[in-house]
Amino acid sequence: MTNITEKIKLSLSKRQRSEKRFKFLGFIGISFAILFLIIILYSIFSQGQSAFKSTYIELNIFFDEKIIDVEGKRDIEDIKFANFRKIITNSLDNYFPEVEKREEKRKLHEFISSSEEKNLMNLVLSDQELIGKSKQLWLLASSTIDVIHKNPEMEEIVESDRLVDDLELSWFKTFKENGNLKFGFNKNFFSKADSTEPEQAGVLGSMLGSFFTLLITLILSFPIAVAAGVFLEELAPKNRFTDFIEVNINNLAAVPSIIFGLLGLAIFLNVMHLPRSAPIVGGMVLALMTLPTIIIATRASLKAVPPSIREAAIGLGATKFQTVNHHVLPLSMPGILTGTIIGMSQALGESAPLLMIGMVAFIVDIPGSFTDSATVLPVQIYLWKSTAARGFLELTAAGVMVLLTFLILMNGLAVFVRQKFEKKW
Amino acid sequence: MGFWSFFTLLCLVGFYVNWYGTTKALRINSNIEKGPKLPSLPNYYGRHALLSFILVSTTILLVWIFLKPFILDLLLENKISVDLTSSFDGDPSMLIDTIKATNPNNFFPGTNPLIIESAKYYEYIKETSDSYVYLMVLFVALIFSIFSLRKISISFQARQSVEKTNINILIFCSVIAIITTIGIVFSLIFEAIRFFEKVPFFDFLFGLAWSPQTAIREDQVASQGAFGAVPIFSGTLLITLVAMSVAIPIGLLSAIYISEYANLKVRKFLKPVLEILAGVPTVVYGFFAAITVGPFLKDLVSFFGFSIASESALAAGGVMGIMIIPFISSLSDDVINSVPMSLREGSYAMGATKSETIMRVVLPAALPGIMGAILLAVSRAIGETMIVVMAAGIAANLTANPFEAVTTVTVQIVTLLVGDQEFDSAKTLAAFALGITLFFATLLLNLYALKIVRKYREIYD
Repeated sequence: MTNITEKIKLSLSKRQRSEKRFKFLGFIGISFAILFLIIILYSIFSQGQSAFKSTYIELNIFFDEKIIDVEGKRDIEDIKFANFRKIITNSLDNYFPEVEKREEKRKLHEFISSSEEKNLMNLVLSDQELIGKSKQLWLLASSTIDVIHKNPEMEEIVESDRLVDDLELSWFKTFKENGNLKFGFNKNFFSKADSTEPEQAGVLGSMLGSFFTLLITLILSFPIAVAAGVFLEELAPKNRFTDFIEVNINNLAAVPSIIFGLLGLAIFLNVMHLPRSAPIVGGMVLALMTLPTIIIATRASLKAVPPSIREAAIGLGATKFQTVNHHVLPLSMPGILTGTIIGMSQALGESAPLLMIGMVAFIVDIPGSFTDSATVLPVQIYLWKSTAARGFLELTAAGVMVLLTFLILMNGLAVFVRQKFEKKW
Repeated sequence: MGFWSFFTLLCLVGFYVNWYGTTKALRINSNIEKGPKLPSLPNYYGRHALLSFILVSTTILLVWIFLKPFILDLLLENKISVDLTSSFDGDPSMLIDTIKATNPNNFFPGTNPLIIESAKYYEYIKETSDSYVYLMVLFVALIFSIFSLRKISISFQARQSVEKTNINILIFCSVIAIITTIGIVFSLIFEAIRFFEKVPFFDFLFGLAWSPQTAIREDQVASQGAFGAVPIFSGTLLITLVAMSVAIPIGLLSAIYISEYANLKVRKFLKPVLEILAGVPTVVYGFFAAITVGPFLKDLVSFFGFSIASESALAAGGVMGIMIIPFISSLSDDVINSVPMSLREGSYAMGATKSETIMRVVLPAALPGIMGAILLAVSRAIGETMIVVMAAGIAANLTANPFEAVTTVTVQIVTLLVGDQEFDSAKTLAAFALGITLFFATLLLNLYALKIVRKYREIYD
């Protein structure tokens, strides 16, 4: 006996060491998972934050009557078609009178974003007194200038590796030294749709596209999924047919999302001839994908309602349908809503099936209805990532930040609904 | 009549029908002074009329949505004059498509005036047909609800009828899951069969070369394109392998730590963290893989004197592994938790330490469930799209080297179908052949995994 006890005693410290090692290993595993999450969030935040500001250049703009209103009639149509580009380029030329070569002037004129022409036009339209006068204005710089301004280390590198040549850099430095250069809030990012120019591209178009798409998804999937969940959990007889439905639902929950995109392409577009790139088709595809999630959530929260509720209702003479409709379903609503919000947040982040039905188009207009061509937030991120131009990288990261913000809000709402309304039995 | 005005009218009429049925039933009840009243509560009579109104209108509308393109084609075909058919110098089957593609307000100069006329007619019927159908919907639905309203009497059991209809609606909603599966299988099979008419089945399954660029002209070099899917399958497997070798150890260790070692407080913190990791959209992972991990790996590997492709399988697979960690850990956590306490207690009673208990008792007992979780994760990995679309290559490489760029089934589906589509070229149809392969592969994995998990649950429940 003592022999064995001694043996155990001898091995004990070794075993305890291996116990500690094992626990540490588990700790390492979970730390890795957390570390990855931190790295992902950090890398996106550090790249995306600069997209929320953009560079503005202060110029003395002279609203030349000869350009804006040649005939002097103050006709709105005349002003709308006036050459406001010329007004901007004139004031740039005035700022640097020493620039005379055509080629150099062209480079100088590209300092200001082309979107400012329209802004100046609106300014003049709202205040016609300005015509013939001068005003100091902050104008949006082009994305190249913006990139140089945000990355001061680029001023140091050799000319061939830089986005701008020495001459342009000297103009940039002049602006900076004179205090005519500042960072301002990037208004375009929240008020515009996609654009070929990074400084004019924004997320509003894709946000609205996501909104329309998710609205369709919600309208279609919520009633259908709740109905299916109620039937399967409360009313269905246990037979082969209902078993088959259940297997189908479980399997649909695990079908790769891109397959739903192929389904949408083959049936909604090619057979039913619904419009391409439209939120209505995207919403239908995402609704099919979200169905299993909501059905499973519905069944789980119906199951959580104690049988005593049902028995009480039936005891008072309610039919089975009335029992479910008047008592069980309202009681399980918080759980169903939580599941629905989570399903919706999954649908918001989904992009692969939408690529299949043409929601990847380059769309400059902000969508206004369910049948307009549109894109959604995650697809916009994908599109910007695929664009080579320098300024789009930070826009992509900023788009990811917007998307993550919405997801956090939705999940927060789900947690709130769960804690506020869900009953513990 | 526009859609929204039609919709408003439909709702108003529906409300009115419901209200009318209820009040009519109430009136009948109040007129009966002696004897039994109506067999159901008054609102069920209103509900019955409303249900018949809704059902009839939605059925007609759905049928119309499906049939509209065909009916319009038919109308157009009847309208086309013989002059046009004879004067049209293209393929006669193209005539209808040409007319549909012509914009009568903005056409090329020199377009056949007869085509423009037909295009005008097509535009006209496209716009007016909806209004006629809306009117018909309202009319027919109203007739049906009037029938229902007239039926109200002592012998009509409205509740039974309403409940039966409601349950049938619920059954229909549940059947949508089956319809979706059938829709997926049929749409994929249809297009895949058309693909296999052009490319032999075994060439697709066992061919070693993949270059789907079919030429525009027949006589061009390599006009056939090559559709051997082996490099794609191997690429998918390679990326899945990389993903699993990241996800399985980290996911399992996390699950063990969370379920066996962490106390309640730590657990409450760790679980949401993993949920956040699971809730990050895949497009974000794809961006992370392409912008951060790819360049980082490139720097790291070249520091040691090797070379790595910028769209390497390692970057895409590694990030996919991160995405799958929470999937494996939460499923394994459930499985480990459902191993009965008695097994652990028996082991502790024999003097085993915690780690010995986990390694020798808990994990072997949980193994089938963990295997199921891993299989589900594999199926998730091979179907994952955005990460590989953004971070893996497009060219099909037959290699087992994770430092090189490979392509996957999902990447190919996306590249083949995004952009211009012609539904008779082998190039676009190939996407559906790949799609059906993917569908059946994941289907088998899922069914098998779910079977294992279910069987395992039955043992311990």
